[in-house]
Amino acid sequence: MERHGLASYLIGFVLAVILTAVPFWLVYNHTLPPSRIMLIIAIAAVLQILVHLHFFLHINFTTTPKENLTAIAFTAVLIFLMVGGSLWIMIDLHQRMAI
Amino acid sequence: MAFAFPALTVACGLLALDRLLGMHFFTNELGGNMMNYPNLFWIWGHPEVYILILPAFGVFSEVVSTFSRKRLFGYESLVYATAAIALLSFTVWLHHFFTMGSSANVNAFFGVATMVIAVPTGVKVFNWLLTMYRGRITFHPAMLWTVGFIITFVIGGMTGVLLAVPPVDFLMHNTTFLVAHFHNMLIPGVLYGYLAGYMYWFPKAFGFKINEPWGTAAFWFWLVGFYLAFMPLYVLGLMGMPRRMEQYNDPSWQPWLIAALLGAVLILIGIACLVMQIVASIRDRKSAVDVTGDPYDGRTLEWATASPPPPYNFAVLPEVRDREPLLDMKERGVAYVLPRVYQDIEIPKNSPAGVIMGGLAFVFGFAMVWWIWWLAILCGLAMWATMIWRSSDEETEFVLAAEEVERLERARYRTLEAVKAANP
Amino acid sequence: MNANVTAVPGHPHSEAPHSEAGAVHEQRELGFWLYLMGDAVLFALLFMTYCVMVGNTAGGPTGKQLFSLNNAAIETALLLVSSTTFGFASLSSRQGNRPAVLGWLAITFLLGAGFVFLEIREFLGMIHAGAGPDRSGFLSAFFTLVGTHGTHVSVGLTWILILSGQVALKGLSLSVTSRLFRLGLFWHFLDIAWVGIFSVVYLPGLL
Repeated sequence: MERHGLASYLIGFVLAVILTAVPFWLVYNHTLPPSRIMLIIAIAAVLQILVHLHFFLHINFTTTPKENLTAIAFTAVLIFLMVGGSLWIMIDLHQRMAI
Repeated sequence: MAFAFPALTVACGLLALDRLLGMHFFTNELGGNMMNYPNLFWIWGHPEVYILILPAFGVFSEVVSTFSRKRLFGYESLVYATAAIALLSFTVWLHHFFTMGSSANVNAFFGVATMVIAVPTGVKVFNWLLTMYRGRITFHPAMLWTVGFIITFVIGGMTGVLLAVPPVDFLMHNTTFLVAHFHNMLIPGVLYGYLAGYMYWFPKAFGFKINEPWGTAAFWFWLVGFYLAFMPLYVLGLMGMPRRMEQYNDPSWQPWLIAALLGAVLILIGIACLVMQIVASIRDRKSAVDVTGDPYDGRTLEWATASPPPPYNFAVLPEVRDREPLLDMKERGVAYVLPRVYQDIEIPKNSPAGVIMGGLAFVFGFAMVWWIWWLAILCGLAMWATMIWRSSDEETEFVLAAEEVERLERARYRTLEAVKAANP
Repeated sequence: MNANVTAVPGHPHSEAPHSEAGAVHEQRELGFWLYLMGDAVLFALLFMTYCVMVGNTAGGPTGKQLFSLNNAAIETALLLVSSTTFGFASLSSRQGNRPAVLGWLAITFLLGAGFVFLEIREFLGMIHAGAGPDRSGFLSAFFTLVGTHGTHVSVGLTWILILSGQVALKGLSLSVTSRLFRLGLFWHFLDIAWVGIFSVVYLPGLL
């Protein structure tokens, strides 16, 4: 069990390093157009968050208690609503009003 | 609640940073964005009104079932409705600032969402009505508050759906129509709900019954007073009267405002009745003891305990087979059975940590308002220290010995037997 | 409630959830998890505010002029390694190895302290160059978002110190290991927040 535990942290670390190094390297070198780099940054960030959740926080669908999974899902939905809704509102206001 | 309050934390925090450290979140110049303040505030503010009302809805469910002597109708749909309301409450917040310049698409989305959220509440109202239908109703004051709530709250909800239409809101925004609407939700919803709960559970908490005639009087003064005070405000809003006015000069408003004043006076009398209710209840407490702990022939578990309950609530964990456990136990003849075997019971100790931190937070807030920085820092550090002290405390429970539990339980059953003997 | 929870790496008492004490600690862990969810909402709104205000430089300096990719890279490395070393501390605690727990916590602390040091140095540099949080809306949002994260890390460092003291004095008891678990939740959560910060603030700012 302990060996499995150690492997979890080491694999997570390596994956996180890769998912960090790629975006940093792209920004350092400007080898792609900015919009493409932004997309890769976003995807790498989402993937790295999932890596942290699985390999460091050991969140999974078998051993994690259901209440915790429900809480994460609900939080994710709320963050999507609050941030998405706010950005929509503020961008819309920016286009129509002097703000 | 845990999810809405961070938005208030951010709104107030950013405002504090603007005011105390000269930042530019909401300032006019140097890159502030003033509209982000109402945006953040109402992300909290709308869920907040549902935080206020949902527990009151819970109270009404308990009260309506007890005083209709009937099983609560549609329990599962009530639960789904609560979940739907909880989620939808995070999708409507822009309706608090329809008039601040958003496009039609944005206003329409939030307007539609605001209408949708009325539906699960309507489901709840029907469930309460269907619980009452063909029940055997007694008008304990708690039931009066509940019936008054159902009628009055629905009117307020309808005006809410009206305001959810952005073009209508453009006319009604900041008028007394809006003031009438939200009082029409908060007073019957929140206030009547918590007054109902207070009068319903008073005997359980304090061991003696609450004075019912004063409660009934309070209800009628509040109900009539509310209608007289706030219905004119709908009319005035339609006539164009803005809110938050210190003085007015339109004579056509005056008759309505006089009616509103009369309503306010009736409400004041209603409040006086509530005060008299406490006075009379305490005065008569010896003659109105809640001996059995079950003054209403209740259906749920709290009524199986003594009034007030012992520190352990139940000496033996009850076997729950039904959503109305006590009624089920009464029907099977197993309610109020003296336990045969007693065990030690682990009970949390009292701790002053919460009260201390509350007091420190109060002084901290005072110091922050008046810029008394040394006091603010001192209280902040003291709150930290209290939290660390409390978290280092390993002995947070004490054990109530089985003998003591047995002694308390036998005393209770002696009381119950005496009542049974006196009322064969 | 948790009948289907089996032993989880890093989880101190998942083999004995049905004892009275185990149940209390499970409740505290769920409670702490719910607190973290609320904290996530708070950070999300600070991120939103930053995105709304990123262009409000009011004639003052922009991110491109102020941010250092190297500094951000070192900070990222420090925090990521510290997350891993905290994981090693968790594993050691499961093995009951008190000196190893203290050792890995100490290394985590040093890495975290290095992060905070670099961040404070960055902030002071910006303030000194006239790019403090009172210069523009963009800078207010930057300092508040990144500073809130840094404050959380500093609180975490304090917590590491106090908990190390408890490990040293009381040993790896059930309540101490439960607290270690909660601190781990907190520490990993902060690394997740930092992934967001370099992805939303530093990298796009330097594009």
